[in-house]
Amino acid sequence: MRKSILLHPLAVRIAHWLNAFAIGCMLMSGWAIYNASPIFGFRFPAWATLGGWLGGAIAWHFAAMWLLAANGLFYLLYGVLSGHFRRRFLPLHARDVMADARQALRMQLPHRPGIYNAVQKLLYWAVIALGMLAVLSGLAIWKPVQLESLSNLFGGFDFARKVHFSAMAGIAAFVLVHLLLVVLVPKTLLPMVTGRGRSTEHAENTP
Amino acid sequence: MSRQDEKPPRKPAGIRLADHRTALVKLERRLFLRSSLSVGALSLLAGCDLQDNDQVDKVLWAMSRWNDRVQAALFRGDKLAPTYAASQITNPFPFNAFYDEADAPDIDITDWRLEVSGLVRDKKPWTAERLRALPQVAQITRHICIEGWSAIGQWSGVPLKLFLQAVGADMSAKYVGFKCADRYYSSLDMPTALHPQTILALDFGKEPLPTPYGFPLKVRVPTKLGFKNPKHVIALHVSNENPGGYWEDQGYNWFSGV
Repeated sequence: MRKSILLHPLAVRIAHWLNAFAIGCMLMSGWAIYNASPIFGFRFPAWATLGGWLGGAIAWHFAAMWLLAANGLFYLLYGVLSGHFRRRFLPLHARDVMADARQALRMQLPHRPGIYNAVQKLLYWAVIALGMLAVLSGLAIWKPVQLESLSNLFGGFDFARKVHFSAMAGIAAFVLVHLLLVVLVPKTLLPMVTGRGRSTEHAENTP
Repeated sequence: MSRQDEKPPRKPAGIRLADHRTALVKLERRLFLRSSLSVGALSLLAGCDLQDNDQVDKVLWAMSRWNDRVQAALFRGDKLAPTYAASQITNPFPFNAFYDEADAPDIDITDWRLEVSGLVRDKKPWTAERLRALPQVAQITRHICIEGWSAIGQWSGVPLKLFLQAVGADMSAKYVGFKCADRYYSSLDMPTALHPQTILALDFGKEPLPTPYGFPLKVRVPTKLGFKNPKHVIALHVSNENPGGYWEDQGYNWFSGV
């Protein structure tokens, strides 16, 4: 008999897939909005954008932002109150990050279902922080008059756009690495749907 | 959630790749199908652009109306838009419209009148001269375009609140709508119309508004995105029916406060 363990609680799975949809919408509609007046010397390809035209892209962005924010808040509250963050993302020490990063680069880091290595812990904290930065800098761009002090905190309207872009770039880089790792280790995908995974390393054919 | 994987440190005896090939191939197919489905799903959604009234568009329009309400609640009538020094004015100030600069309407000031209608007591049209006889205020504020760029400019003219008082407008009405000489139209919620920085601008810098910037009258609203600042205004009406707007009716968020 194989040993099946709960890898991802239901709350985390729901938040994960809602977030995946929200982030996809926010990135693609955000790229379309960026294209209307690029702050750097390039545009995103039209096929990677959402909304069809600027008005459509903004409608998507300002609809999906509610899902992103509500789901993000739910996830943060769950993570703190249930002890999920403490159990999964802590403790986190710089020396472990260095050691695990070295192992990971040599492709020698073992995968232990249900347990995150120090690099993963650090990256999850980082992407949570980037998400909060994206939301706050987004609010600063959305309401530079009504939320003037927030806008000033991000260096004013024009600079807040750059902060918002940087937060997006960080999140996009995380998503890229995240998807790459799922492709490299496909058995991590199904547990994010079913919640359950095998505690042993080897697959067995179900009878 | 991602996981890094690696060959197991020790390879237990008795497990051969051949035994698991079918399962691996199945998983591979499933993953491929999944990723093509999600990319496909998002590209289908990419067709939802507020233009063809399908179910997703209905949700987007409903969310936009929800955003109108949230922004109206966030809006404070006494919160002033930041003002800037003359040295910070953007020069040249960008031209923006739904047509090229050369197509901006040429208006003969001797024929021009501002028509007033709707829930107002005095519907007599206004000449530029009469408008200039009202008290004027000046502002150096940031114009923020929905496209993301912004520019600082100087406008002066009659506070809209003062004008509405002068024509005996029903201040408890919900909307003030504007019509323009170039077929453009837009509208404001009453709290924004009564904001001290919302003005019927006659001057840009120290001169009468040049043609590209809206001669002879532009509504300057520093608490709204640029497209809610109509140029070449020829009519104003006070109403309880939302008059919509050129871009608003196509899908730009109606409130669009900043």
